[in-house]
Amino acid sequence: MQVPAPFDYERATSVDHAIGLLERLGSGSRLVAGGHSLLPMMKLRLANLEYLIDINDLHDELGYITVEPTRIRIGAMARHRELLESDDLAAHFPIVRDAERVIADPIVRNRGTLGGSLCQADPSEDLSAVCTTLAAECVIRSSSGERVVTMDEFHRGPYETAVADDEMLVEVRLPIRPGGSSAYEKVERRAGDWAVVSAGAAVWLDGGVISDARVGLAAVGPNTTGIAAVSQALRGQVPSEEAYASAGAIAAQSCRPTADGRGSVEYKRHLADELTRRALRRAVARATGEES
Amino acid sequence: MQVTMSVNGDEVTSEIEGRLLLVHYLRDHLGLTGTHWGCDTSNCGTCVVWLDDEPVKSCTVLAAMAGGHEVRTVEGLEKGTELDPVQQGFMNCHGLQCGFCTPGMMMTARALLDRNPDPTDGEIREAISGQICRCTGYATIVRSIHWAADHERAAAAAAASGALTGDEVVERVLEEADPSGGSETPQTVGAGSES
Ligand SMILES: Cc1cc2nc3c(=O)[nH]c(=O)nc-3n(C[C@H](O)[C@H](O)[C@H](O)COP(=O)(O)OP(=O)(O)OC[C@H]3O[C@@H](n4cnc5c(N)ncnc54)[C@H](O)[C@@H]3O)c2cc1C
Ligand code: FES
Ligand code: FES
Repeated sequence: MQVPAPFDYERATSVDHAIGLLERLGSGSRLVAGGHSLLPMMKLRLANLEYLIDINDLHDELGYITVEPTRIRIGAMARHRELLESDDLAAHFPIVRDAERVIADPIVRNRGTLGGSLCQADPSEDLSAVCTTLAAECVIRSSSGERVVTMDEFHRGPYETAVADDEMLVEVRLPIRPGGSSAYEKVERRAGDWAVVSAGAAVWLDGGVISDARVGLAAVGPNTTGIAAVSQALRGQVPSEEAYASAGAIAAQSCRPTADGRGSVEYKRHLADELTRRALRRAVARATGEES
Repeated sequence: MQVTMSVNGDEVTSEIEGRLLLVHYLRDHLGLTGTHWGCDTSNCGTCVVWLDDEPVKSCTVLAAMAGGHEVRTVEGLEKGTELDPVQQGFMNCHGLQCGFCTPGMMMTARALLDRNPDPTDGEIREAISGQICRCTGYATIVRSIHWAADHERAAAAAAASGALTGDEVVERVLEEADPSGGSETPQTVGAGSES
């Protein structure tokens, strides 16, 4: 029987209350959202805490998905299932539904949250790769106010983010830009498993030419990685198999996979290449209305 | 700490440790051992119960987190003395072998049918994809869930047409469900023919 080491349980009733508790209880305290990453780590004694602050009652306050003209704002407590089922998200960012379909299984998706996924900062985290691909902004709150950081600033390293001990991620903002679409491709060992490698792509077309593109990879480096060189290579290109192939080659070269039970370095580079091509191909097909 | 929650409609209050997991609370404190516990790592799904009408893996939920909420376990599936059609389906279609995964499977099936009364094979398989049957044989589990769906829809249609009262519908469903009672009952398949 695996159980966490003893801790004191607190339940937050509002964002301000949660932040107040974090401040008062100090670095031995941690927020628990869906618990689907934190509780397993506590069972395995990879995390030992004095206090857990349950923020599930904040779902009313932080469970929203709000569409605005230039962005979609998503509260940190939006659960995987809500992201999967949101037609607004699927219409603007089909990458989100692509990814959510292959994150864990439906029952885990009933609990896990966007905020928990990003703050866990697992290099294999699918939603982090999605947010990286979409150039999301993260809103972090403390008792002294809010600050907004990019995904690059947010991810400090494996399991390490810009959120300090007395702060909380409250919202993720996905910028809407016209003429674009997106897609996500993942290879896993079995249904519901973490990625061996996954790739997200977002493209924007203007007059039949790629005006901008972004590719984000998971599980092939210390963080989920946005590959700037791919964006540079694709800008100004007409979408074509050659363009996707050169992007794939760049992705394979620029990632930093390690060999493990999921595969060798060569295999993972091969996947980074192939999945980048597939994601770009699909994102373009969606942007041009050839695929939904 | 003290925690109060509703379990299968009854309010329960207990003195527990913050670290106690919901699966152990249900089994060890309340004696509701129908909820099984297999892997501890949120993978096998034998511990699935409902938290406020949604299936969750109770090995990854703290009992304290369920405080103030409604929990439903397999013990709460039957209505009075009548089995839920999902339970009846598992009986009729050989949906259980050793029975270890069965309570979790049935809780997920019930939640699926409440949202989607006419699921496809694919939708059923997707719904139970986070749950492992060590006895293999998902075909009979899928068939059991179809059976429940078909019977519930038939009962609802009969009730809507006004041909039968609610009680008569239940009776009719149970009659049809009786394995000795006729051709409606799907036959179980021999081992190895489908899995
Ligand atoms: C069986 C299984 C399979 C899985 N498969 C996948 C998969 O294929 N792909 C994938 O991407 N993920 C997968 N996951 C992880 C799943 O998506 C988790 O739910 C998610 O990673 C964490 O979300 P959570 O809400 O459960 O976070 P929690 O476990 O509650 O928290 C994780 C961390 O984030 C912190 N935190 C949470 N919310 C906030 C906040 N608002 N502000 C600041 N800090 C916060 C916590 O303190 C903790 O450190 C899987 C999980 C399981 C159990
Ligand atoms: S015991 Fe909970 S999922 Fe296996
Ligand atoms: S019936 Fe034995 S584990 Fe499923």
